[in-house]
Amino acid sequence: MKFTEEHEWLRVEGDEITVGITTHAAEQLGDVVFVELPSEGTVVSKDDEVVVIESVKAASDILAPIDGEIIEVNSALTDSPAMVNDDPQGEAWFFKMKASDPSQMDEFMDEAAYLKFIG
Amino acid sequence: MSDLHQTPLYDLHLELGGKMVPFAGYSMPVQYPMGVMKEHLHTRAHAGLFDVSHMGQVMLTGASWDAVATAFETLVPMDVLGLGDGRQRYGLFTNDAGGIEDDLMFARRGDALFVVVNAACKGADIARMKSALEPDVTVTPITDRALIALQGPAAEAALAALDPAAADMRFMDFRTLNLDGIEAWVSRSGYTGEDGFEISVPDADAEALARRLLAIDGVEPIGLGARDSLRLEAGLCLYGNDIDAQTNPVEASLTWAIQKVRRAGGDRAGGYPGSEVVQAAFENGVTQKRVGLAPQGRAPMREGTQLYDAEEGGRLVGAVTSGSFGPTVGGPVAMGYVSDEYAGVDTALWGDVRGKRLPVHVAKLPFVAANFKR
Repeated sequence: MKFTEEHEWLRVEGDEITVGITTHAAEQLGDVVFVELPSEGTVVSKDDEVVVIESVKAASDILAPIDGEIIEVNSALTDSPAMVNDDPQGEAWFFKMKASDPSQMDEFMDEAAYLKFIG
Repeated sequence: MSDLHQTPLYDLHLELGGKMVPFAGYSMPVQYPMGVMKEHLHTRAHAGLFDVSHMGQVMLTGASWDAVATAFETLVPMDVLGLGDGRQRYGLFTNDAGGIEDDLMFARRGDALFVVVNAACKGADIARMKSALEPDVTVTPITDRALIALQGPAAEAALAALDPAAADMRFMDFRTLNLDGIEAWVSRSGYTGEDGFEISVPDADAEALARRLLAIDGVEPIGLGARDSLRLEAGLCLYGNDIDAQTNPVEASLTWAIQKVRRAGGDRAGGYPGSEVVQAAFENGVTQKRVGLAPQGRAPMREGTQLYDAEEGGRLVGAVTSGSFGPTVGGPVAMGYVSDEYAGVDTALWGDVRGKRLPVHVAKLPFVAANFKR
């Protein structure tokens, strides 16, 4: 698994990348009450706002970690946003994407580096 | 952070794992490890303990109760003179334009008036009272007492465990209790829509009292995050968001707080700042009104969300002033101001959320029925 400075995790399986937010990010957000997912088939550029997450406290965005196409979204989150707090690095993935340029993955951290990053 | 004030419970908040944030010049716990959602639900089901020591406590004294009450009536459109000893009331400081300078609670304590005001406004409120009321009435800011709110259906049993007299109090009663040897000024009120108490105690006793209450089964510490969602579900205004110097009490749907005796035709009508503006608003109506707003989807509509009368095009008819997720409601809740003709319950409007118009209906307040011991 790879990690971004935006507190996303990315799991790579072939040319498919599954994206979610880290346990640390979920703790910081607090109780998630609303998730808005992109449409499947959306073509995105790195740093596009693709998901809106609202906690009791505030709204925040998930950015596309790399260029590519959204090929699947986890629509279970729409009905059960609390999954993001219950299992952020497992069941509560947000979307899968197909990378346009897999070399963009090279800049991301491994778990040890991410844990160091969040201190 | 170093210039933030700390309440007498600061160390206890840290020990309890409180996440401290700056609020009105104080470092206050926004939540504890339980989290906003569970803290909110816990308060409605059991009891929550809130540190509200940042709020301003002020004592007004004078030659007699009549002198103090009559003087205070020149600042608020409420019936103060008619307040019985040991009773409390909700009030508003108005300005010359009829706008609201702050909202407050005031209680009669013998011949004195005990006033609790918002933290962010307390400096201005004290200056206003001193300038308007002294020297006939002495305005004494109380800077050596903490304020603890105990709210929820289990609050009565918890406080009665320390002084059984707590159970005899009714909603808006105000009494001095002896809580395990601590002299406490207690009102049966709060700002969550639940039954409960607000407890003023000397700074030096605050931590001991908080620990004593937290040791009682069912009492948990609750942060400002849940305090906000609780008051929003209860339809209560947050000063600075839902009411401010530009909104008058009629627009703010707070006419219930202005007793008949202070309205046109009453024995002591007018006589407070901006009374002619407020009176005109009563008689002629207002162009906008504070209403409850129930977003029809799952997306919360936050403060500032613009409201339209059509899904496309149409006119801008208002805006959200407080909006969040209501844990007890189980969905988004909000309040805001809309043009008078759209203020009827169930009126269909659309809120602009991130560029999309989402349906929202005008809703009856409160969202969660009050649970007071009347």
